[in-house]
Amino acid sequence: MELNYLTAHQLHDMLVSKEVSAEEIIRAVFDRVEQVEDKIRAYITLNKEQAVARARLVDKARAGGEYLPPLAGIPVAVKDNICTNGIRTTCASKILYNYIPPYDATVMERLNACRAVLVGKTNMDEFAMGSSCENSAFFSTCNPWDTGRVPGGSSGGSAAAVAAGETVLALGSDTGGSIRQPASFCGVVGMKPTYGAVSRYGLVAYASSLDQIGPLARDVTDCALLLNVICGHDPLDSTSAPYNVPDYTSFLNGDIKGMKIGVPREYMGQGIDAAVKDIIYKAIDVYTGLGAVVEETTLPHTEYALPAYYLIAPAEASSNLARYDGVRYGYRAKDAADIVDMFMQTRSEGFGPEVKRRIMLGTYALSAGYYDAYYNKALKVRTLIKADFDRAFEQFDLLLAPTAPVTAFRRGEKLDDPLQMYMVDICTLAVNLAGIPAISIPAGMAHNLPVGLQLMGRPFGEGDILRAAYAFEQNTDHHRKLPQ
Amino acid sequence: MINIKDVEHVALLARLSLSEEEKMVYARQLGDILGHARKLQDLDTDNIPPTAHVLPLQNVFREDRVGEHMPVDKVLANAPDRQDNFFKVPKII
Repeated sequence: MELNYLTAHQLHDMLVSKEVSAEEIIRAVFDRVEQVEDKIRAYITLNKEQAVARARLVDKARAGGEYLPPLAGIPVAVKDNICTNGIRTTCASKILYNYIPPYDATVMERLNACRAVLVGKTNMDEFAMGSSCENSAFFSTCNPWDTGRVPGGSSGGSAAAVAAGETVLALGSDTGGSIRQPASFCGVVGMKPTYGAVSRYGLVAYASSLDQIGPLARDVTDCALLLNVICGHDPLDSTSAPYNVPDYTSFLNGDIKGMKIGVPREYMGQGIDAAVKDIIYKAIDVYTGLGAVVEETTLPHTEYALPAYYLIAPAEASSNLARYDGVRYGYRAKDAADIVDMFMQTRSEGFGPEVKRRIMLGTYALSAGYYDAYYNKALKVRTLIKADFDRAFEQFDLLLAPTAPVTAFRRGEKLDDPLQMYMVDICTLAVNLAGIPAISIPAGMAHNLPVGLQLMGRPFGEGDILRAAYAFEQNTDHHRKLPQ
Repeated sequence: MINIKDVEHVALLARLSLSEEEKMVYARQLGDILGHARKLQDLDTDNIPPTAHVLPLQNVFREDRVGEHMPVDKVLANAPDRQDNFFKVPKII
């Protein structure tokens, strides 16, 4: 198999045993990018020259007998809402089309410190708002399994890049399912860590109480390796949690005998495609066969997650996006009559329709007279949703559900109906409202497209999730399937 | 439920200027979404505290120490317009 399709842990072993060089790996990735990028369009900005130079440094260090950390020389693609010092970071928005950050996000510093190699910045829905990667101001990304379909959003570029062999690992961000849902649509592993586990310093904020950076990878081991690098307390982020980060690979031992897994009935009801449901039932059989105790459970407030999310996230977005006024960075409208006119023109010309829709929605929900009826009500419902999970985790180690109610849909299919588009995230949103960790792993194919299995865990219970995901992976081969 | 006047008011608060067509589209779409959100009113939340943030974090303090700031030129490098060490904007007064 070509180098660009191998996993990070396979490539690391080959680097250490000198079967391959870091430069050969990165060149294989860029050869693949050249071959398919005009069809997939996963990247907004490529970083070839710097990447090759960094790979050479890794090879030089190896030649000098230096220790190579697990991700040294491994190609990583990064979503374009994560700041990269000296490399354009656009959030797929016209308003930031020319923004070159003067600093690295903490996750980038950590990747650099362990000598990973940045391939480029991946396409996304503008400011991470969307479920299809069609809201980018620049172009849409295509699903590598069927280019007539969406890769999912908003980390669609990162998921497509991994699936198409245009990188080995990737980072995305997940506010309401934006890592897990594209991972599901593209047949890769994607994880949203516990809120606070990964620093958000340098992540362009969308909804600050929900956003979390996380890994996209080809298998669970790679996911654990990337988590090892990006997790941990950061004094630069006041919402970063002080906790001791374990070695996540130590959970990958395949033993899940006696593990208690709950299947919330609300995630297997109406609105879930029958073929998707069928695959989830097969996954349950795998777990039962491995000695896990799987039982139905309930998260009674699940149906309120979508409306609560679509008040809370836009409210936070309307506040976070107030900073785009054309004064300090980004796009500025020409020929404004005065400063207020400059703000209004800049924002109207710079933001796309989905971003404006959410700013409007959020501003409305926070405005005088509506704050209590909408925003404060949604925060109270969030308490109930979180309490549902707390209760479930008193009884179960993990919860199991589909990642998305459907497989990848056709491009353009849901663009004119925002509410329909929002429904695609019904299986993922509640996790962000509750702040818990969850993973999506490939579980099979329906309608010739990948289906994702979602495992949700207790706060900081990433280890349990990885243990169960790894056990499934060891006993199936869905993660080995590649798009043609 | 949401009329054009509401849309115009919210757009002004959000510093967005919208075309007539956009106002009509947003009035309909925001109406649909907020209509769906009304579902939340079914729940009795009188004695439920709001959760703005899931982590039990208190205030975060760091030591007040003298440190290095980013150089002015670097800070201003992305400015659409500047003059000397300032961001330049249209006349305000």
